[in-house]
Amino acid sequence: MQRKLWMVLALLVLVPGLMLLTSCAQQSAVDQDTTQKTTPPEDTSGTTDSGTDLQADAAQRAAEQAMNQFLNEHIYYSFDSAQLSAMAQATLKRKAEWLKANAGATVAIEGHCDERGTNEYNLALGERRAESARAYLVDLGISASRLSTISYGEERPLDARHTEEAWAKNRRGQFKLR
Amino acid sequence: MVNVMCRLRRCFFVTLLLLPLMSAPVQAVDEFIEINPFLKKIPLAIPDFKPLAPGTPTLETAQNAAQLLAETLLFTGYFKLLDKGAYLEEPRETGITAASINFRNWTVIGAELLITGGIRRSTEAVEMELRLFDTFKGQSVLGKRYRGRLQDTRRMVRKFASEVIFFLTGNRGFFNSEIAFVSTGTGNKEIYIAEFDGRNPAQFTRTRNITLSPAWSPDGQWLAYTAYPKNRPYLYVKHRHHKRGYEIGNKGLNITPAWVPIAAMPTSLEDMRLAATLSFTGDQEIYLLTGKGKIIKRLTKSWGSDVSPTWSPDGKKFAFVSNRSGNPQVYIKNLDSGRVDRLTFKGRYNTQPSWSPKGDKLAYAGMEGGRNDIFVIGFKGRPPVQLTHDTGGNESPSWSPDGSMIAFSSTREGRSRIYVMTAFGTDQRRLLTLPGEQTNPQWSPNKHLN
Repeated sequence: MQRKLWMVLALLVLVPGLMLLTSCAQQSAVDQDTTQKTTPPEDTSGTTDSGTDLQADAAQRAAEQAMNQFLNEHIYYSFDSAQLSAMAQATLKRKAEWLKANAGATVAIEGHCDERGTNEYNLALGERRAESARAYLVDLGISASRLSTISYGEERPLDARHTEEAWAKNRRGQFKLR
Repeated sequence: MVNVMCRLRRCFFVTLLLLPLMSAPVQAVDEFIEINPFLKKIPLAIPDFKPLAPGTPTLETAQNAAQLLAETLLFTGYFKLLDKGAYLEEPRETGITAASINFRNWTVIGAELLITGGIRRSTEAVEMELRLFDTFKGQSVLGKRYRGRLQDTRRMVRKFASEVIFFLTGNRGFFNSEIAFVSTGTGNKEIYIAEFDGRNPAQFTRTRNITLSPAWSPDGQWLAYTAYPKNRPYLYVKHRHHKRGYEIGNKGLNITPAWVPIAAMPTSLEDMRLAATLSFTGDQEIYLLTGKGKIIKRLTKSWGSDVSPTWSPDGKKFAFVSNRSGNPQVYIKNLDSGRVDRLTFKGRYNTQPSWSPKGDKLAYAGMEGGRNDIFVIGFKGRPPVQLTHDTGGNESPSWSPDGSMIAFSSTREGRSRIYVMTAFGTDQRRLLTLPGEQTNPQWSPNKHLN
């Protein structure tokens, strides 16, 4: 597609250029090997160094990815438990890394339960889950004032089905930016 | 009265004799200590009421009143209504007073109680006279005349029904009570309130977010509940009829409100007491608050979660759920002695306790195999009795104000619905159906009629 465009543009420029018998400015060579979107040849606005653009772009995407992972990678709990499994601890370690790299971020840790218990008890369990994650992060050096907790009990499931699979998904600690 | 007591005594001995033959679902031991008045229902006849003036409106009112009285009394589970097709005489034609009734015509078809009514109405006013007869004694045992506006018809009928129940049981029943519950029809959980028989449900809260755990004040004028309009679990105390309320927003949880019952009705909210689970110290404990939310003192002290308080009718003890032993069980705390005793030992997950207004029993939800059922347990060390079996998930029991019935939620039909049953687990049926799912019923006190 870019090739075609390039050819069309080339023709549009070269032909009238030749016809006018003027020496046109050298077309800026477009590097076809990059996956970056090519700037049209006549575009002289914006930054001058396409190398920096690439890096900034990649860095930005990496940051977005890291934030997405922070927000979408949940920690999971066993039934009626607020204990952190080895896997949950590993996930929390990654979250701590992100929090250290993003010193300005403050988060709310949500504690959730599956539907099987009763609503009231699950509100309490959800808070214990959020609190256990919070305590672990504080132990890892994150300032407590950056972390708030809230329980939603069984009220906000991610998966509304009535299966073991759905229940496991719902017994979670979830992070949101404040 | 004597007739009924004879019957109940007869029923008791029959049950005792038949006990070895009956297959007991859980613990038959408990059943012969208590008389189950719902086992053999009293045969009751309610013939058409007599219009005491001509005209279609009077006839209509007469029909509606008789119908409503029958439904109201049947709701209690004490009665069996005899089919009108079996009646041998029509008081509507022959007369509604004792003098004009041939009681043999009623005893012969098996009716032990008979109710006749006479209605007189004008455009806006209604007058009704209602009589209860003991057919075997051949006499009137209760007679009332009510006058009021047309829209008070239902109230009059319920008043009379209360008199009938009072005559039979010494208790005024629950015909002036309401049931609050949670429903998801709007897309969010909101609290709704319906009359005790499920009529006229109406939305009570407009949180537009999660709303949970309605709890009635002892005078039935306030509801406490947990809601997230500020995206945190705060407690709200809202007036039943007027737009007045209070917000209780301590850090952490503000959940599971339960009002302390009181003998003498206070006039102010400040004098009322509310127990609730708060976690602002980092521990999830039950606290005592005023009706407006001011913290008076902490009531529990233990590792883990203490939630869902429910008070004994004398307000001296409360039961609650604690996981101090490792999983959720029901405990009882005596306020005078400070003692805490564990009540439930069967099963590994027992929650949602509700103390009977009669004081002698406690209902709760016991979970086994991922499914909940309603259990009832006494305080003398005997095992619990399971009231629901093999019918979906049954949770959240709430006693009627006279302790004769239990409202609960059930998923036996698929979506969660509010059900009622007698205190012995008989006559289980759905109370109402609304869009969405209905859960967490809370039966109000029997309110005073003004």
